[in-house]
Amino acid sequence: MRHSTRIAVGPVQFRIGSDWRAPIAALEKLYAAYPGEDARPADATVRLFAARPWRRWLRPSVHIGGDFVVPDALPLPLSMGLLAAEMGMNLQVALGWRRHMLLHASAVAKDGCAVILSGESGSGKSTLAALLGEGDWRLMGDEFTLIDPATGDALAFPRAVSLKNEAIGEIAARVDAGRLGPLLAGTPKGDIRHLIPRADAVAAMHEPVRPALLLFPRFGGETAIEPMGEGEAFVRLTEASTNYIALGEPGFAALTRLVRETPAFGISYPDSAAGMALVEQLFAEARR
Amino acid sequence: MVDRVYRAAPPDALRIEPLGELTAVFDRRSMQTHLVISPLPEILAMMGNEAVSASSLAGRLAADFDLDGEGDVAVLVADRLAELAALGLVGEV
Amino acid sequence: MSAMRLLVDLLAGRRGAATLAPREWDGVMSVARAEAMLATLAHRLDGADLPPSVTTLFADQRAAAAVARTQSLWEAEMARRALASERIEFVLLKGAAYAAAGLSCAEGRQIGDLDILVLGHDIGRAENELLEAGWEWVKPDPYDDAYYREHMHELPPLIHKARDRMIDVHHTILPRTHRVTPDPLVLMAEAVQTSSGFRVLSPPAMVCHCAAHVLADGDLQGGLRNLWDFHLLVTEFTGRDTGFQAQLFKQAALHGLVDVVKRALRLSHRLYDTPLMLDQRTVPSDDLFIRRLLARDDWGRPTQFALHQAFYIRSHWLRMPPLMLSRHLWTKWRKR
Repeated sequence: MRHSTRIAVGPVQFRIGSDWRAPIAALEKLYAAYPGEDARPADATVRLFAARPWRRWLRPSVHIGGDFVVPDALPLPLSMGLLAAEMGMNLQVALGWRRHMLLHASAVAKDGCAVILSGESGSGKSTLAALLGEGDWRLMGDEFTLIDPATGDALAFPRAVSLKNEAIGEIAARVDAGRLGPLLAGTPKGDIRHLIPRADAVAAMHEPVRPALLLFPRFGGETAIEPMGEGEAFVRLTEASTNYIALGEPGFAALTRLVRETPAFGISYPDSAAGMALVEQLFAEARR
Repeated sequence: MVDRVYRAAPPDALRIEPLGELTAVFDRRSMQTHLVISPLPEILAMMGNEAVSASSLAGRLAADFDLDGEGDVAVLVADRLAELAALGLVGEV
Repeated sequence: MSAMRLLVDLLAGRRGAATLAPREWDGVMSVARAEAMLATLAHRLDGADLPPSVTTLFADQRAAAAVARTQSLWEAEMARRALASERIEFVLLKGAAYAAAGLSCAEGRQIGDLDILVLGHDIGRAENELLEAGWEWVKPDPYDDAYYREHMHELPPLIHKARDRMIDVHHTILPRTHRVTPDPLVLMAEAVQTSSGFRVLSPPAMVCHCAAHVLADGDLQGGLRNLWDFHLLVTEFTGRDTGFQAQLFKQAALHGLVDVVKRALRLSHRLYDTPLMLDQRTVPSDDLFIRRLLARDDWGRPTQFALHQAFYIRSHWLRMPPLMLSRHLWTKWRKR
């Protein structure tokens, strides 16, 4: 393809090709500080392309393709090329990765122990992880958390955090402007702005961490903590995993172990400060 | 009602892990995970490796668990066996 | 050298994996994925001298393929249970058959739908039993439904409501409207029992069906993979019995598939070095087929648009009388 770049996030080496320069330039800016293992063959390929040659210029719209494709996925305008690239990268991991159990969850770590936050979009899991990652936690990822079936450890996938709507202002108030990507206004998912994880989070991205706490956050309503049984946590995590079935028995064993060894809670919280306090409190209790 | 005869999956085919109120059953032949609740794990355990009819199984369950109203137990067991057969965990002989 | 050429050379063993530059792996992996052959390549290169990240990725692929293979054999088992009470005989076709028979082409092979063959007069009962066992119709469209039933060689596809897996029930191995029609009675009668308890086509019939699947049954989509099946089947059966290729031609004559089998042999010999026991003349149009089979760039994208279209029209031309073809394309076009 005309333009391309390579990015390593956690264990995945991406090759991203594009018919336009802009999305590649934007990616290279966001991922400038990530280790570029240039000689390593790619695990996953993403393609950003124009459906017809003239659409590179005329009302350019970016189709997302690659090793795995979602039929009927709508293209995005070129101004949202960066979002298309991120969606393409997520798609390849969600559909193609087989080495680890993939949980649609954010995660943060402290002292070698991980808190895994699993929830639908809108649950605030990304925002909570991003905010904690600006404090004394290491951000592991805002979208995917990987579980190693052999050891039961959690592995990081610290792509650039995708901040949405209100979360943009909340984070922008706390971080250096140089760590924020361009504002993508009015995307199908609302306003989006990417946050580059802190250098320590990127430097530590290959270090495995013991899961210490499983949280299922729900944004809104009174502060509440509900202990969750092993069975329910198991069911919810199979639903949050894109490759649980494909892993076969190792996936079953890893998930069984995860819910047995890790205390799980559903939490509700009215605002980010309350949510962060809940995470700190439950983490302290889990480690006692 | 037809008294159907079933045989459970061979013991090495299943990996059974109790998870609190649920039991997770992994079937190595199908790579499927089934989450079941009582009395399905008990029925599977009781069937062992032999072919059993729904009525004889109901009789054994009633004796072991001291259940009342044997007729209802037979219907209940027949229904549960049909569910297990749909999951492939038991097969009709 | 193009990534497609590299992939084919690696599969055929003409090129050692250690000779690839790191960047060449990118393309090989992308085109292998696009052709649904990454796990196949992973099996073919098991133990080869590979970059570390390729070694681990290939191990992932082999493990995932083993899971998928078990799942597809389970679908066959569930179909067996569903059809057992009515004692409906069936034969496994394609991927599930290769896996059930333990053939080398099943290693790493992606298996999609379950394909089974039942005799024409059993088709109604088979349909009923499957519907009762939890399968349901996929196509609610009456035109498609009628099209399948009247002109194709299968029931409209069924999907299992709990397991979300498709089954294609065939009553012959090529569409009825196809200009050649293999005799299903002969196929069923000569089917063989595998050690796993399933019935599969006899080796010559299996290879004939595979060739038909490559060439007569479609527009060469997935052709590289199907031809790889064909190559391994022919190689394996020829290794067991040097007279196999003669039997193959006898069988092909029975079903009107001689030209198809000859073409498949020539193509697979050119791409994968399949051993040919009988003399084969070269045919100029083979070049077009090879070009179509290798039409992908290093990013996995299809190239040669016009050639694709030509083969697409050809696939319908083979399947339908001209009047019906125009009616079909017209109906399809109006639905867009």
